[in-house]
Amino acid sequence: MAEFSLPKNSKIVKGNKFDYNGKSNNVKHFHIYRWSPDDQQNPRLDTYTLDLDDCGPMVLDALIKIKNEIDTGLTFRRSCREGICGSCSMNIDGTNTLACLKSIEEVQGDVYIYPLPHMSVIKDLVPDLTNAYKQLASVKPWLQAEKDVNEDSERTQTPEEREKLDGLWECVLCFSCSTSCPSYWWNSDEYLGPATLLQAYRWIADSRDEAQKERLNELEDSFKLYRCHTIMNCTKTCPKGLNPAKAIGAIKKLQLEN
Amino acid sequence: MKQVRPLSPHLQIYKPQITSILSIMHRLTGIGLSVGTILIVLWLTSLSLGESSYEYYIIFVKSVFGKLILIAFTFALSYHLSNGIRHLFWDLGYGFELDVVFKSGVVVIFSTLVLTSLVWIYILF
Repeated sequence: MAEFSLPKNSKIVKGNKFDYNGKSNNVKHFHIYRWSPDDQQNPRLDTYTLDLDDCGPMVLDALIKIKNEIDTGLTFRRSCREGICGSCSMNIDGTNTLACLKSIEEVQGDVYIYPLPHMSVIKDLVPDLTNAYKQLASVKPWLQAEKDVNEDSERTQTPEEREKLDGLWECVLCFSCSTSCPSYWWNSDEYLGPATLLQAYRWIADSRDEAQKERLNELEDSFKLYRCHTIMNCTKTCPKGLNPAKAIGAIKKLQLEN
Repeated sequence: MKQVRPLSPHLQIYKPQITSILSIMHRLTGIGLSVGTILIVLWLTSLSLGESSYEYYIIFVKSVFGKLILIAFTFALSYHLSNGIRHLFWDLGYGFELDVVFKSGVVVIFSTLVLTSLVWIYILF
């Protein structure tokens, strides 16, 4: 049964406010979710104020600035700062995205930053992705091909066959989509979620893969696949502009032919 | 002592999306239609119990409160029907592009209002 409110230990309480002493008029307030496993306290929202004239343009720039100059304890994942690694996914201004691709200017008013929704929090903005990765592994996201190919040739594809993978292979596995999906919030123990299903379809649609039938059979399950009710939050939130809902729709359609 | 990890906020902080709002409306109107079917059962029951009980039923549905319930029922039916057709298109593999999703959503809202109004214009005038 779906649990709509937060458990007692997860309710967010008022946090600390870090005063701004600069003179700039171009300031922005950042309210950031904080939780540490080291004390016995509930999560809180801390408020930081930054001079935007002295800060990079993206939300990730702001987070790094806060960590460097105001509060070294602030914890978040980041690596490439250009939307390729998928590490800095979080909930910014009410929707999931990559902090490195979200410009501060885009946010009207104060910036609210939370970890990816409905996830177990390791610290601050770092969610536990163990279950998400386990689900991804369950769809065997690699090429399954038994047939021998000529030793000095590759497994070839026509340009048309290759084109079918566009919009699928670009996924950086940030799980913004899965954690935007109410269905995944209530059923993440069994429903695979849009990110994993997009990857499943990436291999189902690959002309070189020989396990299409097994892949489809594996997904033919009222929970794994059919908890998708075409809500479309996944496609709306994807920071890479991909369409997981369309991929899931394609899997459902293939199930009819399988 | 190792502390139990908190659950990050979800419904509490996620901005309402046109996508999920229309989706939850589909479910709510579906529930509304199931519950609303009681009205039809009551209608038939009152009819089978004879003239006087049927009169009471008619007085009820013609009252302001009864009309409001019936308007809500018509609204739920129109919405569930319109959005159901939208779902059929998705099932056929069409209309997943985000701009189409927004447009078909607007069409569903528009057709819900038109269908509901048409029914009530027909009934009331």
